Amino acid sequence: MSDTPIAIEVDCSTGIATERPLTADEIAARDAAAAAAEADRVAREAEIAAAEAAKASAQAKLASLGLTAEEIAALSK
Amino acid sequence: MANPTLFQLATTTVGSGGVSSVTFSAIPQTYTDLLIKGSARATTSVSNWVDIDVTINGSTSNFSFKELYGTGSSAAASNGTTGIFGYSNGSVATANTFSNFECYIPNYTSSNYKSFSADSVTENNATAALAIFDAGLWSNTAAITSISLAPNGTNFLQYSTFTLYGIRNY
Repeated sequence: MSDTPIAIEVDCSTGIATERPLTADEIAARDAAAAAAEADRVAREAEIAAAEAAKASAQAKLASLGLTAEEIAALSK
Repeated sequence: MANPTLFQLATTTVGSGGVSSVTFSAIPQTYTDLLIKGSARATTSVSNWVDIDVTINGSTSNFSFKELYGTGSSAAASNGTTGIFGYSNGSVATANTFSNFECYIPNYTSSNYKSFSADSVTENNATAALAIFDAGLWSNTAAITSISLAPNGTNFLQYSTFTLYGIRNY
């Protein structure tokens, strides 16, 4: 992998593909996108973990009320 | 009844150095709809997958999306203000595996806002694998003449492939 990111452009009128290094502005935008993507990933994983924790908590409460595992599973179908 | 016919407009396969984006330019204005099919793997080292973001006519503004997805362990929905044309495998996924995706863009030459829909699956020899459907909108009335695809802040790896089709409804 080269140090400078490369972009490829395919001209649909000719079919010719051209590679070029990214400009400084494009690299800055790309870095910002990477930071945003990482933030999104962390947020999404936290959201999923919270949902799974809530589900486990709800199942535990239902079990404490006397529902069987089969009855609890039936509620989510 | 319309009889849609598919024409391959351009295709590319990423070489050994990888690339940060793939652009289809000079898109002819003689078709009804566009279709992009791809198979992708990206350099991100923190995730099994990464979204493939789109730039249309050089613009990353005025996009919105809603998506439904399953991750192998949960299902959920999300929304946002980027343009997402699909998902790529990340480098955490099983070596030498690639995602599959396709994105359909109807009426790309019209003077209305441009809607698009995408479906993607990632491949992974583990529980975590993504199946996802995206509905997107580019709130711009310009005809689409160029489309760039980039794996969010990372690079597409060698052997990723992208093909653009034009669809003509007679």
